[in-house]
Amino acid sequence: MTPALPDGDPVPPDGALPPGAADGASSRAFGVYVHVPFCRVRCGYCDFTTYTASELGGGADQASYARTAAAEVALARDVLDAAGAPTRPVSTVFFGGGTPTLLPVADLAAILDAVRDAWGLADGAEVTTEANPDSVTAESLAGLAEAGFTRVSFGMQSAVPHVLATLGRTHTPDRVPRAVAWARAAGLRTSVDLIYGTPGESLDDWRRSVRSALATGVDHLSAYALTVEPGTRMGAQMRRGALLEPDPDLQADMYELVDAEASAAGLTWYEISSWAAPGAACRHNLGYWHGDDWWGVGPGAHSHVGGTRWWNAKHPQAYAQALAEGRSPAAGRETLDQDAARTERVMLGVRLREGLPLVGLSPAARRAVAGLVADGLVEGPAAVRATRPSVVLTCRGRLLTDTVVRALLV
Amino acid sequence: MSPIPGPDAAGRIGPAATPQQLLRNFCIIAHIDHGKSTLADRMLQATGVVEARVMRAQYLDRMDIERERGITIKSQAVRMPWEVDGTPYALNMIDTPGHVDFTYEVSRSLAACEGAVLLVDAAQGIEAQTLANLYLALEGDLAVIPVLNKIDLPAAQPDKYAEELAGLIGVEPDEVMRISAKTGEGVEELLDRIVAQVPAPTGDPDAPCRAMIFDSVYDTYRGVVTYVRVVDGALSARDRIAMMSTKATHELLEIGVISPEPVPTTGLGAGEVGYLITGVKDVRQSKVGDTVTAAAAPATEPLAGYSEPKPMVFSGLYPIDGSEYPNLRDALDKLKLNDAALTFEPETSVALGFGFRVGFLGLLHLEIVRERLEREFDLDLISTMPNVEYDVVMEDRTLVRVTNPSEFPGGKLHEIREPIVKATVLLPSDFVGTVMELCQQRRGELRGMDYLSTDRVELRYTLPLAEIVFDFFDALKSRTRGYASLDYEPAGEQVSDLVKVDILLQGEQVDAFSAIVHKDKAYDYGVMMTGKLRTLIPRQQFEVPIQAAIGSRVIARETIRAIRKDVLAKCYGGDISRKRKLLEKQKEGKKRMKTIGRVDVPQEAFIAALSSEAATGKEPKKK
Repeated sequence: MTPALPDGDPVPPDGALPPGAADGASSRAFGVYVHVPFCRVRCGYCDFTTYTASELGGGADQASYARTAAAEVALARDVLDAAGAPTRPVSTVFFGGGTPTLLPVADLAAILDAVRDAWGLADGAEVTTEANPDSVTAESLAGLAEAGFTRVSFGMQSAVPHVLATLGRTHTPDRVPRAVAWARAAGLRTSVDLIYGTPGESLDDWRRSVRSALATGVDHLSAYALTVEPGTRMGAQMRRGALLEPDPDLQADMYELVDAEASAAGLTWYEISSWAAPGAACRHNLGYWHGDDWWGVGPGAHSHVGGTRWWNAKHPQAYAQALAEGRSPAAGRETLDQDAARTERVMLGVRLREGLPLVGLSPAARRAVAGLVADGLVEGPAAVRATRPSVVLTCRGRLLTDTVVRALLV
Repeated sequence: MSPIPGPDAAGRIGPAATPQQLLRNFCIIAHIDHGKSTLADRMLQATGVVEARVMRAQYLDRMDIERERGITIKSQAVRMPWEVDGTPYALNMIDTPGHVDFTYEVSRSLAACEGAVLLVDAAQGIEAQTLANLYLALEGDLAVIPVLNKIDLPAAQPDKYAEELAGLIGVEPDEVMRISAKTGEGVEELLDRIVAQVPAPTGDPDAPCRAMIFDSVYDTYRGVVTYVRVVDGALSARDRIAMMSTKATHELLEIGVISPEPVPTTGLGAGEVGYLITGVKDVRQSKVGDTVTAAAAPATEPLAGYSEPKPMVFSGLYPIDGSEYPNLRDALDKLKLNDAALTFEPETSVALGFGFRVGFLGLLHLEIVRERLEREFDLDLISTMPNVEYDVVMEDRTLVRVTNPSEFPGGKLHEIREPIVKATVLLPSDFVGTVMELCQQRRGELRGMDYLSTDRVELRYTLPLAEIVFDFFDALKSRTRGYASLDYEPAGEQVSDLVKVDILLQGEQVDAFSAIVHKDKAYDYGVMMTGKLRTLIPRQQFEVPIQAAIGSRVIARETIRAIRKDVLAKCYGGDISRKRKLLEKQKEGKKRMKTIGRVDVPQEAFIAALSSEAATGKEPKKK
């Protein structure tokens, strides 16, 4: 879903997985990600694969998107069967974007039905959609709940008008608590996303946003430091000096603030950028960090099955055309070797509150842990209430995760 | 009648058979860009030695670097026939190096001649180095023929500069010749003038042989080619020769003259100039200034003026890729074959790894060597700030020679001596104030000041060499809009109030940045270097103090604040491959980091810190 897809190996036209990808599949959870590549407007910081509705035509338009996505789901079932994977009921589905809620509820329901038809949904499956606060109504949220959605994640970003304006967001701050209330009334779990470190945003601005977000009563909160990628509108503004680069020290203060405020409100961190009430962690996202299997549906979507990662053609038209011709829309893939798999295990596992088990770390990495504890980046053994000895980051360590990961990858 | 001798006349001036009165040995003294090579080319054509169609521009400059820079590093000698009033003469043109670093080699080239053409650009006037070489020529009693070149240029001011030259040499302005080497105008008249004014050699043809080496060049195929001027006696192709400084004897594999390619002869007579090949592989066995004699009937006294080349400027050279160290050693070994002044020994640096401390005659020499290493041997190098050699006298009066500031001794010191130079600056009189101010800042002492003409001044200073090697030349050029020229010669040493400033990273000394500076400048250096490193070294997970210290006394301090945020906030399904690749890249990058104490410093930071004050103070070149 990133603008620049990785370099990778070619994928056969039928999308067949390499031998061994299905090995051990029954012990891994299986999720489905559905990318909806449409937005009403494009935000200045966004580098996801998105198109405003007017940009696309042909088989890639909004109206026919549900059919196209359903076609990929059908292909996915065939590919996994051909690889010898057992039919696993889907434990999590996540609609992301873009703005999934730009599609009519019926279209979202149709895609979810396609998933159900292909594999079935597990008991208690988590089905999430992202939403813009101004692209939902009480009725549409009730419709989603009825269709089987269990959770909605709102792109709030900020409660401060000048920050929203810099980010290019169109909703008014007071829209968010209403949308959250509607969702809760419909029986949906709720989450909001915040962004910190926007140029011009003060620590006080940020405190206001965090408190507003927590005041909505959500049981889940994600907070991301603004990262400005080249090739976005904000990237261009910074390059020519029209916007200041985010100050990393201020972003660190902001992280500490959100961690403290969320904890005080009963939401504890379970991943670097994620806080949740007990039992409210996003299971779909946990699948990414646990190395589970998932199928990513949609243009630019990434998938992972048993150590093979692949990604779809980025452009919705190329994506739609491949499926129309009965070909896999995958544009490239990579099969992880042992080293790469180890690197991923460390870099993903260490992000989690449950921690990275010491078992399986190299002797050198285990030696490095002592130094990290001494530096205050990793919790000492006494502070870790895990069932097995694990590397668990302190608040300071979470801000320096990459430093920790490099130390553990010796 | 053509001034190129016909076959009969040519027979009277054959090598080893030319009477001294038909020989003329001369050189051309000129500044870079004043047209020496072009004039040499024109003379080769006028005398028929090189036909126009095979003429390459600057025929005599052999190395690519010389051709590109338009300067001549190594001298050579070309024999050219020329007829005046029916008498054939053999002219030997000895091509002198034109730069300040090669004063000794220039002096030996001049000693091989009886006359010198003083060639000056008619649009620019005389430059300091040319003036210095002119003084050398006058001291050596050479006949000097003043010539203004480039008179075809619109900006030429021949009248003004003719007066200047006349004043310097003590002749009338109308005796200064005016030529254009480019068009050839006046070149034949100049050749006639050389015959008329340069005295013939007057050595003793019957004495035991004494020939002076004025150049020595390593050739991949032939080994060392030695250029000599026979003073007394004669050398025969059948002789075994002896070097008078080392007493080493060698068989003569070949003897000959250059015209303009090497032509073997039966020998060289008194007064003649030519080359010898003995099969030795290292120019150190055939040193410039040494006297060659016949082993069978050796002379008793060597010719005067021999001295060993002495490195004046030192710099650490390190391969950027540590695995290139053996290649750097091989490359230096090869360059050494052709460069008697180049010295080097291995050294190690905490910051830079394995490398060599290399001694040079001066800054141009350093720059040329570095450039040849990079260009001919494809090495990527980092060089430490150039420094001079210090004599440190300990309290117990033992002497310690320091060529690397990080080896400066601790403990009680009696005194520290540093090399000084006599510097000459030629400049338009408008800039005298600003240049005096510069020299003052560089601890210079004024020795004298003369007006060459109404608007050109010669300033003479004694300066510490260390103050010149840093960035003096660039400062001089920028203060005078490029109009000043500089020459200097070693003038012994002086006791100075010097201190070693160390740079410490989190309390650990970073050896590559230690510097020996005057006490009054220690603070400036400390502030400059700590400030620079603060911006170049990435933030670490802890605070890193950068200090400049004299012994245990801290004189400047900067702090790199601890990094607080080093994390990618978002890492979902589509970010994983990209993020992993980024980490793998960082892991590779970490291998190239140098660890000082606990501080990881990318090598690029060291390179940037060193190269912005690089050898000549110039901006680092983009590769």
